[in-house]
Order: sequence, then structure tokens, then C-alpha cells
Amino acid sequence: MSVAVAVWWPLRLARLLAALLRVGLAQALAYRSEFIVWLLTTNMPLVMMLLWTTVAKDAPVGRFGQAQFGAYFLLTMAVRLLTGSWVVWEMTMEIRQGTLARRLLRPVHPFLAYCAEQAAAVPLRLLIVLPLLVVMVGWLGTGQLSREPLHWCLLPLALAGAWALLLSLMLLIGALALYWDSAISLFELWLALYFVLSGYTIPLELFPAGLRAVVTWLPFRFVLSFPVELALGLPSVGAALAALAVQWLYVLALFVAALTVFQRGLRRYAVFGG
Amino acid sequence: MQGTDLGGAGAAPERVAPAAAGSLITVEGLAKHYRVHQRSAGVAAALRSLLRRRWETVRAVDGISLSIAPGERIGFLGPNGAGKTTTLKMLAGLLHPTAGTVSVGGFRPAERSRDFLHAITLVAGQKQQLLWDLPPADTFELNRAIYEIPRPVFRQRLDELVELLEVGEVMRRPARQLSLGERMKCELAAALLHRPRVLFLDEPTIGLDITMQASLRRFIATYNERHGATVLLTSHYMADVAALCPRIVVINHGRIIYDGSLPQLVRRTRPEKRVELHLERAIPRPELEALGARLVSFEGTQAVFHVEQGDLKRLVTQALAALPVVDLSVADAPLETVLADLFAATPAPAAPGSPAVVAPP
Repeated sequence: MSVAVAVWWPLRLARLLAALLRVGLAQALAYRSEFIVWLLTTNMPLVMMLLWTTVAKDAPVGRFGQAQFGAYFLLTMAVRLLTGSWVVWEMTMEIRQGTLARRLLRPVHPFLAYCAEQAAAVPLRLLIVLPLLVVMVGWLGTGQLSREPLHWCLLPLALAGAWALLLSLMLLIGALALYWDSAISLFELWLALYFVLSGYTIPLELFPAGLRAVVTWLPFRFVLSFPVELALGLPSVGAALAALAVQWLYVLALFVAALTVFQRGLRRYAVFGG
Repeated sequence: MQGTDLGGAGAAPERVAPAAAGSLITVEGLAKHYRVHQRSAGVAAALRSLLRRRWETVRAVDGISLSIAPGERIGFLGPNGAGKTTTLKMLAGLLHPTAGTVSVGGFRPAERSRDFLHAITLVAGQKQQLLWDLPPADTFELNRAIYEIPRPVFRQRLDELVELLEVGEVMRRPARQLSLGERMKCELAAALLHRPRVLFLDEPTIGLDITMQASLRRFIATYNERHGATVLLTSHYMADVAALCPRIVVINHGRIIYDGSLPQLVRRTRPEKRVELHLERAIPRPELEALGARLVSFEGTQAVFHVEQGDLKRLVTQALAALPVVDLSVADAPLETVLADLFAATPAPAAPGSPAVVAPP
């Protein structure tokens, strides 16, 4: 690779990404009402918070007292709202209806466009998440949050990892729609497991030891519980670093799998008259 | 005198197929076969299909070969399901062929290389490329970034397209609020900003009113002449292909059944001319039959003959001399009739691998 190419290629990619992000943000703004209502329907953590704080009224459950449960579920809600994606629905619909052609005709890999569109929605997500965090700190103070600086250094990476992991999984299931019309049902299965195994309804610490040892290394934890654990300062520094490495290995593996399935699936992709 | 305008925008040559050496697009034995699940209606059939699935192979495109020179305008004609759109999609790299080879400007479309995608565009009348909730101007801007068009060049091209297509006003309104015609014009503008060398147009005028159809046809012809782009068009509107395409390729049951010019197709399929007489007053039928041509209809003061080209002059001369003629027109058979005859003459192949293609003369 010549020096000029080495310098220009990242610059060209950055320009392209900037354009994709601009359009993605414009689209997210065009859908702002639907988007915000959709975000607000994520109320399960609030229900779980009420339930668990009642359980912990007289005595803590493990390390979790009322305040810890409050902080845990509000952070869970914040992470879910911030790192969500909808690409699996969009992709399966585009494949079914043949509108994927629009992306295939452009000299930009469809995955890059999907990723940019999802990333562009993050600022809008922040608009919902930041007030939630303000409410949390106002209610519970900062006493529940980690005092370890390294946890806070790792948190942005863990949040990005959670976002990228879910996105990669969605891209993989979306790519499977090239083979199988009902691929979206796999995502329903993922969601069913996710509700139990990601820490969405029960902190993973409260699982029985044997089950916890397994769940700790399954991908579900890394899309939700792991960033929350960091913010609360639950894992040791060594365990946090190991978890971060595993999280990004999952991201890499799922993304490569998604890319492979997509490229192969295109060979047999056929939409009649579409 | 009235007649069918077969020449259209370009005076159609007799046989347009170019030599393969100078071709931009070369297709050899191209095929696309789909395996589709079959079952009858009803719950019982649905349950049976759970245990035993029946599959059928649909031969959407079944071994077509053609060669297209740079700058040609070609119309693909055929009934629904004939394989036109599938062919276009394989040429545009959207579908991988089951068999055969395709080369477009030296590229293998299925690889969808960056340079190939920069060189082509596909506009489908029934599928939109514009970002639905944003003004077309945003799609134009996105395409500028995607195709890496320098800003001064982009401005110049956009000005040209906006002027030709008259979309200056509408490009700032959300795409979903535009009329079908306005949207189609913006689709074309978005698709042409990167100045593609090959345009695949899949029923671009579908659903548009006659004025808008004519306007889009004029634009496509102008664009082709100005920039030398190759145009491959499918349409169910005969006026589109008659006006735009000196060469037509007729596809039926996934095979090419004609490749040549429209006038030649008409002469071959329906060699007789249609002569229509309007008379001053009603006359007895035998007086018309006495002219010695095939009288196909006679109502009131209007008579229609079908006559061989060689006998045309005699018939017209005799009719003008012997009958109270107030108006007379000579025309080829309507294109719709010609194509219906052609499709009827090519039933579906009985078995795979049966002999293909009625070769052009």
C-alpha cells in the first residue's frame, strides 16, 4: 500500500462515515416521536426495581440493599436504552421485500450503512438517558457508584462493546433471513433468554453459584449486565479486564460470522419480481 | 395519414446488434432458476406440506445470450414473469446467475466491485431509492458522499439534472409528500449524479400519466445522447420502447424470442399493412370486396383492410379512384397485437433443455 493510499483511505472512510451519520441522524430526527415513544416503552427495569426494593425492605439480598437495587435497575435501564438497535427488524424486512437492493447497488457495504444509521441514533438515545441518570443521582446520590477510576475508564469501552455486540448479533440474524424467511424468530428466542440471563430482571450475582459460573461467560451478560457492574464497581479490576476482552471477542466473532453469512447468503438471495 | 411511430427518438436501423468485439455488455447462456415450495390451498395441504414438501424449479431466465454496444438504447419486452426484471437484476449484480456468464464493462456484476457499482445505476419504477422521510436533496447529498463526487462537479451535475427534470422546487420537500411523477424524477436525478455509464431502467414510467411518461422519455433520450450512456429499459408501455429504443429484445418464458428493431419485428410478425378508409356515405359491401384485398371490418362508413406491402399501392390507388373516400390511413399493426402474436407463437418449453430462441432473421 502506498503512503498516499494509506493516508487517504482513512480520510475517505471518515468523510463517508460523517455523511452516513448525518443522514442517519436526520432520519432519526424525522422519526423522533415514534423513536422516543418506543424508548419509553422500555419500562421493565422500573417494574423489577419496585419488586426487588420491596424484597430488600427488611434485609439485603446478597450485596444488594434497597439503594443498590435502585441504582442497579436504573443503570440497567440506561444501558438498555443507550445500546439498543433495531437493525434486525429493518434488515429482515428489507430482505423480504427486496428493498435490500437499494443498499446493494451502492458502493458502500450495507453493514457500514446499517452501523452508521444505528450509531446516528445514539445522540437521541442520550437525550432520554441523561435525565434518567440525573434522577438516579438526585435520588440515590453517588454512593452506589464505583470509586475505582479504572472502572470508569473501561465503562465507555464496555458500553461500546454492548452496543456492538447486540448490533453484530442482529446483523447475523438479519443475514440469516437471506436463507430463512422466519429468521426473526431467532431474535425472539434471544430476547426470551436475554430477559433472564442478561441481568435484566435479576442481578447475575443472585444466581446460584453453578449457574452464575456459566452465565458469566455467555454473551447475554455482555450486552447489559457488564457495563452496569462496572458503573457499580462490582467486579475486581482483573475480572473487569477479562470480561472486556471476552466481550470484544464476542463482538468480533459475531461480526465476522454475520459478514460471512451475509456474503454467502447474497449468492442465493432471490426475491421474485422484487 | 396516421400511423404507428416505430422509429421514435432515433431512426431505427434494420438490425442493430453490434459486433461482440465492440460490446460493452456481453451475456452468454445466462440462466436463473429458482426452487420454490409448492402446495395446494387448505389446511389439509398445509399439514401435508409439513411432512412432505414439494418443490418446483422455476426457470425465470433460461439461457439467454446477447451483446450490447456502448451508447445503445435497448428495450426489454415481455409479459409479466417473462424474465425481464430477473435479467436486469443479474446484469446489475443483484442476483447471482445459476448458469452462464455476464460481463458489463469488463466487470462480473455478481462480484459487485466498487468500480462496477460506480459505473452503473438501476432505477425501478416500483422500488424507491430515495430516503422516504427526508427531502430528495438529502439523498442527493448522501449519494455525493457515497460516490465521492467533488463538490463543484456535484453542483454542476445537480444543476443540469434539476434543470432537465424540473425538480428545483420539489427536491426540498420530504419524498413521501411528492407525487409519483415528482418522486420518479427525483429517483432519476439521485441515480444519475455519479454519471453512470450504464442505466438499468425497470419500468421507470409505471403508473405515470401520459405527460409525465413523455417527459421522462425525453429526459432519458437527452441523457443518453448527451453522455453516451447505455440504456437498458423494461416497460409494459409500448410507447416507451417505441420512442426510446432502436433495438428491442423480446423475452418470453425466460428466453429471447426476438432481438432486433421494432419495424423489423412488425414486418416479420404482421407483414400486412392496415388500411383504414373513411367513406362519404355507406356503400354496399361488394363494392369494397371488389378491391380484391382482405376486408377485416366494415361498419357504417368505415372499412379496414389488411394488405400485403406489395399490394398496398394498387389498393390505395383503386380505392381513391373507385370509392367516395374522405380519409385514408395506412399503418402497421398495433405493437400490442404484434407482441401478443409473438408471445402466442412461443409456448412455454415442455422440458428443460428444449431448443431455445426464435433467432432473429
